[in-house]
Amino acid sequence: MTGTLLAGLADPTLDSQRLFRAALEALSRPGRIVTLPDTLPDGPPAPLMPATAALALALFDYETPVWLDEVANTPAVCDWLRFHCGCPLVTDKAAADFAIIAGALPDLSDFPVGSDAFPDRSATLLVQVAGLEAGGDLRLSGPGIDGDISITIKGLPDTLPTLWEANQSLFPCGLDLLLTAGSMLLGLPRTTRIDRRKE
Amino acid sequence: MPATDTTAPADTQARQRWMSVLAKAPADRLAALWSDLGDSPDWSYLRRPETGMIMLRGRAGGSGQRFNLGEMTMTRCSVRLPDGRVGHGYVAGRRQDHATTAALVDALMQDEAARPALEAAIIEPLTLEADAKRAIAARKAAATKVDFFTMVRGE
Repeated sequence: MTGTLLAGLADPTLDSQRLFRAALEALSRPGRIVTLPDTLPDGPPAPLMPATAALALALFDYETPVWLDEVANTPAVCDWLRFHCGCPLVTDKAAADFAIIAGALPDLSDFPVGSDAFPDRSATLLVQVAGLEAGGDLRLSGPGIDGDISITIKGLPDTLPTLWEANQSLFPCGLDLLLTAGSMLLGLPRTTRIDRRKE
Repeated sequence: MPATDTTAPADTQARQRWMSVLAKAPADRLAALWSDLGDSPDWSYLRRPETGMIMLRGRAGGSGQRFNLGEMTMTRCSVRLPDGRVGHGYVAGRRQDHATTAALVDALMQDEAARPALEAAIIEPLTLEADAKRAIAARKAAATKVDFFTMVRGE
């Protein structure tokens, strides 16, 4: 065990329920930025953000293989996840149920997207971004959104709409994204359409 | 049944021994010994006490095939001292204070300097009491022992 292990949720039962509710809210109302409650007395292990770490504690357990990108894959994070979640950490993207992406967006095509019979057997990616703001040049539409909604996502490549179109073409299969910035969360389920607002 | 893994390094074996004593100690007795010790150090929870089930496994005759003996209730807890030392308590039953105290004693006993005092104040009395209890149980069982012998058959 390296360094000091940080504590988990202050109240494991109620906090994980609150966090799960927040994740549900984020995925059922895409484009709405949800602020997660402050649940980590010691803060997250670097380089995870508070929202990423809190969601990890609420969602991961011994049955969910987790893939970490090279930025998130530090001994502190690995020890912390193993201790609190007991989740297997995998190096093969195809075996992952969840992924934590703290650096640049990797090639998304290797993650499992489910099958037509079991579209739920796809990966959910927790992606840390530099910032989330309501309003901006990305236009989201689809189920859970009344009309369309504008959003700014800082730190994702400009090619996001094209990348996302590839994911959407797989429907009902596909990946779901949970974007985190600080303690903010934005859900991007596979049903949401993204395009760039034309000036 | 040996409580320690004889292939593990010496310090691991020592820790396994005291964790085993703490796990099986009566909760009230441990609480009494702990409060006799006086000042409790500064500490915080790493994992709050939680109660669950574990599958107990045994070996036939102590060295044979592994088999599942049955499930039992246990409570676990992890604590952290200000210097970063982590103690784990895995105890029989559903007493949360028992698990917390066991984890604290485990954390404190990892300090070589504090170990002899704790060993004398907590682990030794608990070991002696457990041994005495086991001896009484063994004696009572021995009193009911029946020896069977095979008659020599005239061939």
